Amino acid sequence: MSTNTSLLSSPRKRGPSSTEFKEEAPVPVHQLQRLQALGPRFRGDDNIGVTEEELKQRIFDLLSHVPDPEIPCVSVVDLGIVREVRAGEAPSVVITPTYTGCPATFAIHAAIREALDRAGLAEMRIETTLSPPWTTDWITDEGREKLHAYGIAPPPKGAGKHSLHDELAECPRCGSQRTVEISRFGSTPCKSLHRCLDCSEPFDRFKCH
Amino acid sequence: MSSEENELFHHAVRLGDDALILAQRLSEWCGHAPMLEVDLALANIALDLFGQATYLLGVAGEIEGNGRDADALAFHRDVLDFRNCLLVEQPNGDFAQTIARQFLFSNWQDLLMREIAAAPDRRLAAIAAKAVKEISYHARYASEWVVRLGDGTEESRARMIAGLDWMWRFVDELFDPREGTPSLRGEWDRRIAATLAEAKLEYPKPRRAVLGGRAGHHSEHLGHLLTEMQFLPRAYPGAVW
Repeated sequence: MSTNTSLLSSPRKRGPSSTEFKEEAPVPVHQLQRLQALGPRFRGDDNIGVTEEELKQRIFDLLSHVPDPEIPCVSVVDLGIVREVRAGEAPSVVITPTYTGCPATFAIHAAIREALDRAGLAEMRIETTLSPPWTTDWITDEGREKLHAYGIAPPPKGAGKHSLHDELAECPRCGSQRTVEISRFGSTPCKSLHRCLDCSEPFDRFKCH
Repeated sequence: MSSEENELFHHAVRLGDDALILAQRLSEWCGHAPMLEVDLALANIALDLFGQATYLLGVAGEIEGNGRDADALAFHRDVLDFRNCLLVEQPNGDFAQTIARQFLFSNWQDLLMREIAAAPDRRLAAIAAKAVKEISYHARYASEWVVRLGDGTEESRARMIAGLDWMWRFVDELFDPREGTPSLRGEWDRRIAATLAEAKLEYPKPRRAVLGGRAGHHSEHLGHLLTEMQFLPRAYPGAVW
């Protein structure tokens, strides 16, 4: 079965070049995000007869279109929030919170639920696990590229292990490494605020965790 | 509950109440902090602590097995049933007093959670392992401010000393042999002394300890805090967003 991805194949550009968006289509950003969050739609019958591996892959594909509610340029799969898909007797999607108090956790749960329901997978349960604790090392390479393109400096790989001690941040706009930290706590729990000394622009950075 | 479960329940409640009450206190700064970055930081720290409290009290409710969830424990207990340490319920005072409280607490909570992360109960260990990553940011933030204020102007230094002086009497409760963590005192002392030295501040002189939080004997401040925190769920039982 081929999934209809026409809605998803042209993700709206955001950030610095968002002016293009007005010329292209009058769909409000929040509506588009919502439609993207719903993912491809297919009936429960379509899931019959596929192997467990196919089903797992299908669910990962599905969830890779569910955007993070606070940083919608990346999906919940890009961020490493989706840990596991279990097929079999008690099928479930296992997710993990980024921070214990992250308010987006509820929105993420609801968005995944909706995506599963629309894909005819209402019987899939969503389980939350804390262990092992989420780390920025689980952000995929694709996720890192998307963050960078969005204007958020991604955390360096392997930074989770020495989280606090690596504060080198590269400006996502001009690539300069001459940057300073303005505030270790930013607009969301997962980001800190920095400024570039070369292009003078402030930027967010995904905190090492 | 078996006596073992009962002990574990109270352990989880103490940890959850510490996080919850300090989170509520820190939230009072939201919109009032000396500058925007501080406002963001204190609100973020509060958010982490609310998250930890939700998981810890959730586990406490599971252990108890009477159908109480984190919300029931947070909003439908009275002041005498809270088991948080007296340190976290202390009023914010000025910014230096808030930082003094955070400095003393986060350094202790960090050591405690590292220990719990390796302890036998898997539910609490999972929460603790997650919390440690957050708390190390809190401890570092507070320590940096202790140095900045202590080694700052005459005014900031005087306020930092006064803040530490007020909070110091509540420190011994954290290490009380009965319901505290006496084994963590040595490492905690070393950490605190190192930062105070960097801040050019003297290590505070011993004070008569004020105890009682773990037995539900609180200062008058906690009742006022709960009045505000619990108002909505009590006035509108079962209200949801």
